[in-house]
Amino acid sequence: MSFYKIFISPWENHLSAYWPIFAMAFFVTAACGLVGNYLVLRRISLVGDAISHSVLPGIVIAFIVADSRSSLPMFIGALVAGVLTTLLIEMIHSRSKIKQDAAIGITFTTMFAIGVILVSLYGADTDLDLDCVLFGKLDFIASKEKVFLGLPQIVITMGSVLLIIALLIVLFYKELLVSSFDPNFAATVGIKPRFVHYCLMCFLSIVVVSAFSAVGAILVIAMLILPAATAYLLTDKLWLMMLLSIVHSLISAFFGVHITVAFQVSTAPATVVAGMILFLIAWIFSPNHGLLRYFTNSFDLSTFQKEN
Amino acid sequence: MSTESQKCPALEIHDLIVSYQKKPVLYGVDLAVPEGSMVGVVGPNGAGKSTLIKTVMGLVSHAHGWVKVFGGELRDSIKRVGYVPQRESVDWDFPVSVMDVVLMGCYGRSGLIKRPGKMEKEKAMQALVKVGLEAYSKRQISNLSGGQQQRVFLARALAQESDLYLMDEPFAGVDAATEVAIVDLLGQIRDQGKTLIVVHHDLATAREYFDMILLLNMRVVGFGKTNEVFNSELLQKTYGGRLTVLSEIAGEVAKQER
Repeated sequence: MSFYKIFISPWENHLSAYWPIFAMAFFVTAACGLVGNYLVLRRISLVGDAISHSVLPGIVIAFIVADSRSSLPMFIGALVAGVLTTLLIEMIHSRSKIKQDAAIGITFTTMFAIGVILVSLYGADTDLDLDCVLFGKLDFIASKEKVFLGLPQIVITMGSVLLIIALLIVLFYKELLVSSFDPNFAATVGIKPRFVHYCLMCFLSIVVVSAFSAVGAILVIAMLILPAATAYLLTDKLWLMMLLSIVHSLISAFFGVHITVAFQVSTAPATVVAGMILFLIAWIFSPNHGLLRYFTNSFDLSTFQKEN
Repeated sequence: MSTESQKCPALEIHDLIVSYQKKPVLYGVDLAVPEGSMVGVVGPNGAGKSTLIKTVMGLVSHAHGWVKVFGGELRDSIKRVGYVPQRESVDWDFPVSVMDVVLMGCYGRSGLIKRPGKMEKEKAMQALVKVGLEAYSKRQISNLSGGQQQRVFLARALAQESDLYLMDEPFAGVDAATEVAIVDLLGQIRDQGKTLIVVHHDLATAREYFDMILLLNMRVVGFGKTNEVFNSELLQKTYGGRLTVLSEIAGEVAKQER
């Protein structure tokens, strides 16, 4: 394949058809990435994994009860399932000698299993199938009815979720910072770390459920962790880390769509692969923590002062 | 210090029992720390020193008894209480600068949502000057030595501008020169009429650092003025005569008693 065929020709046609897919990929990755910053820093990335799976029964039950595919019951179902998962993990962890990683493993697989059973029982009524649950169907967005700026409703909803998350993070930056860095100290200055934790888990559930139909339960974890992990390698400042995670989302969504167009593959995995390539680049070339740093500059002033 | 404030102790603990999973860690702790004193909390590993501090700060719940801070509930005077946790309790790779951490000391006074402004930044800078870290304010916290990290925590507590400070091993990993500087600083704070309760590991220096000593080993073995409590008999009782270093110190104390 020539350079032209891979890099130029995909963009000559169908540009408008791929705009909603690109927008959705970006909104999903950015919203997940923003929340993911806190998951990575609090070392609870696996809780993100857990919640992405265990919102499934919440969604299915919401479908059955509300008998519709509108977003509100879905959000409520996911919130309840998400908070329930967090509570269960903590209960198993604190009321027995089982450690947190095992508690996570027990909880989310069980929740997911219940979800799978519910899908196979009621899947026909709720218009859900297991392929969609696992991998999402980002590419079908293009065929949906456009409501605003050439974007379908589901993309608008995702964009709104992204905006709300960004706004909340800006507003509660201080509270999130201190309770992530030093929860005990946060408690002593009157900021309740457990409350902040549960709020974060609620955001996470909402982000995950809105991303669910697009990228599914498995790939959403990559969206949660890759942007934040990449940004973490590049900076020592929290606000810059969050900004960079959005930049990461933008670039990986762009190349994700590009790969989709060039090779006619599914967009969600393509975006993840693009994000992973960006992570590798950051890992190798990061100014402070990069692999190259270890080989070229094994001794520098900051390590000296650390030893001192 | 007014006579009125002497009536109401900075910290009062009555019949406190704390247990972790049915295993008692502290029991029958009775304590009244007068305002303006600098108390060293001394005891062997597992004596419950950290637990005592955490219980006062409301981070560990107690099974029985009560804790009063300035004559009332902790939550009523939480803004008057500063806390220095152990250095190992946080992740020092966290992407924040020294200034960011010290500014957290001002969070209690500013309300929800509100960002620290110019005034808070000045206060934080003053606190950094006091601990001698003003040149490091922009540095990422992982690029600090253990002693410097400890001083960052101290500066954060100073920025809280509290009347009562609880410090969990503020001298851990600090070199001798810095330790002297910190003790000096704590003395200045005490001289302003504030109260300090400091968990301290080193028996050899405890006597000269603190005006009051709390000997703790699950229960209060002794509490009072340093020269009254710091004697060989109570020290043996606290440590159970297990440490050889202890016998040396106890011997030294005994010599001075004669």
